[in-house]
Amino acid sequence: MTTVAKPKRRVSLGDAITHTAIITGRNNMRVLRIPSLILFSTVQPVMFLLLFNIVFGGAITTGTPAGSDQYINWLMPGILVQTAVFGATATALGLTEDLGAGVIDRFRSLPMARSAVLTGRTIADLVRNTFVYTLMLFVGLLMGWRFEQGVPKMLLGVAIALLFGYAFSWVMATIGLAVKTPEAAQSAGFLPIFPLVFVSSIFVPVASMPDWLQGFAENQPVSVVANTVRSLMIPEEALVFLGIDQGTLILKSFAWIVAIIAVFAPLAVRQYKKAVG
Amino acid sequence: MSAVVATDIVKTFGDVTALDGVSLQFEEGIVYGLLGPNGAGKTTLIRVLTTLLKPDSGSATVAGTDVLADPVGARHRIGLAGQSAAVDEFLTGRENVEMVGRLYNLGKKEAKRRADEVLEGIQLTDAADRKVNTYSGGMRRRLDVAASMVGRPRVLFLDEPTTGIDPGSRLDLWDLIEDLVKGGTTVLLTTQYLDEADQLADRIGVIDQGHVIAEGTSDDLKARLGGDVVEIHVDESDRGTAARALAVVAGEEPTFERLGLSIPALRGSRTLTEVVRELDAVNVEPKDIALRKPTLDDVFLNLTGHKAESKSESESAGSRRSPAESEESRGR
Repeated sequence: MTTVAKPKRRVSLGDAITHTAIITGRNNMRVLRIPSLILFSTVQPVMFLLLFNIVFGGAITTGTPAGSDQYINWLMPGILVQTAVFGATATALGLTEDLGAGVIDRFRSLPMARSAVLTGRTIADLVRNTFVYTLMLFVGLLMGWRFEQGVPKMLLGVAIALLFGYAFSWVMATIGLAVKTPEAAQSAGFLPIFPLVFVSSIFVPVASMPDWLQGFAENQPVSVVANTVRSLMIPEEALVFLGIDQGTLILKSFAWIVAIIAVFAPLAVRQYKKAVG
Repeated sequence: MSAVVATDIVKTFGDVTALDGVSLQFEEGIVYGLLGPNGAGKTTLIRVLTTLLKPDSGSATVAGTDVLADPVGARHRIGLAGQSAAVDEFLTGRENVEMVGRLYNLGKKEAKRRADEVLEGIQLTDAADRKVNTYSGGMRRRLDVAASMVGRPRVLFLDEPTTGIDPGSRLDLWDLIEDLVKGGTTVLLTTQYLDEADQLADRIGVIDQGHVIAEGTSDDLKARLGGDVVEIHVDESDRGTAARALAVVAGEEPTFERLGLSIPALRGSRTLTEVVRELDAVNVEPKDIALRKPTLDDVFLNLTGHKAESKSESESAGSRRSPAESEESRGR
């Protein structure tokens, strides 16, 4: 007003981290307190794993060399990536629900870091995915899935899939904040997801697809990440089947993860500012 | 010190002008009631004053802090309870309040202590450890107000605190707001109800179509608006006869309402008796007859010459929370 402009007070980085932790805790608490949420966020991926392995496993020949020719060994790394991508829709849903309930208005009227609403949401979804993964790995082992390159490489694969899911959460945050209602977020979110998940190497080798589709299928991020995770789990002698070496795949995966976050985190922040006026 | 100073605030959404040069000012230590119909711009103004929305032009300070130049500073001085109770269904009442405390940068212990304090203040201590999804609508609103009190705000903003809750809870909320003010909190509340503004507010601003059209104490406004009215409902066939009878009592033509007729009750309940007598003399039996306070409609009729019109589209454009709001207006 009439007084000399005071220096702008900003929220410090330390406070921003604390606020993110609080919002993350709040979002996770919500999942823990709604039994149906835990149930469906874990049962659904496990069901996919069972269905694809039992129903389709017999019909699908991946053509991988002996020792890795069990379909479960092809499927498991893919299903992990699929779960991460599907799970990212929770980010869109959670944000739109908060928007509708006025919770985001409350947060924005507090002297807290505004970024914490978005980071707290995406990190909460990362935590939930980690939990779901633990269960899936266990079910996978029961169904005959084996990782052949040792625990550290298997865990690296799991971590890459989780990080990819985290990056994808920012895509879903952008979509959710653009469409604003949970119902629209649900359908809009799956629009990019279905082609990315099904036109990929998640369930079947790309070589089995029509020629014109292979270029996209081979290079799109979901395939790259699925193959990377796969390359860290199947026997080393089967790696040649992927047609690209492990190191390059890992680099490509990280490049996709960084690129997606670099593009969609700012877009999500922009949508957030727009969505809330 | 001035609690709120708003100067010439303009905010448009597309071709809808939600605020058309709103200015208002009031001192700390009072309840300021912003009265107006749906779509008048109340929520938009609250959103500007609570740093949620940038106006197209104009300026505002809250507790001496410029909301545009120093929004974070302003947020330290305000509390907001919006139109829908922004509480987490699946957390307990206490967890909700503690979380807000921690977001005000209170330490864990301090947030706990402060939560106990405010929960006791709103008399929710007994229900504090229950999940909010077991709360009634009124309890949620009270919890929402409690959460907005955690940071010891200098100015508390309550956007239609009693819309959509049952009459009993409404009275509880009135008590709560009165207690807060006794405790020294300055409150700006919006309402569509004249009786609510009358009951709670020390000063009232009447807002219509983005303009503050009248301002003053409740008594000031009433003096300008005239007092109570006598309203009767009669059969359609009796309307003409009844109108003539009322004209005899009032000395002027009655106002035709949607369901009946009304005249100013210049002599209070005495006017009511006279109306009954006149109607009896012309053999008209009213279906309903009442001495009532002026409503928001009367206020607007008086101040603007038109009835209070709801413009729900522009209000929802102002808040960007249309789904939640339309739910509110359907009444839960």
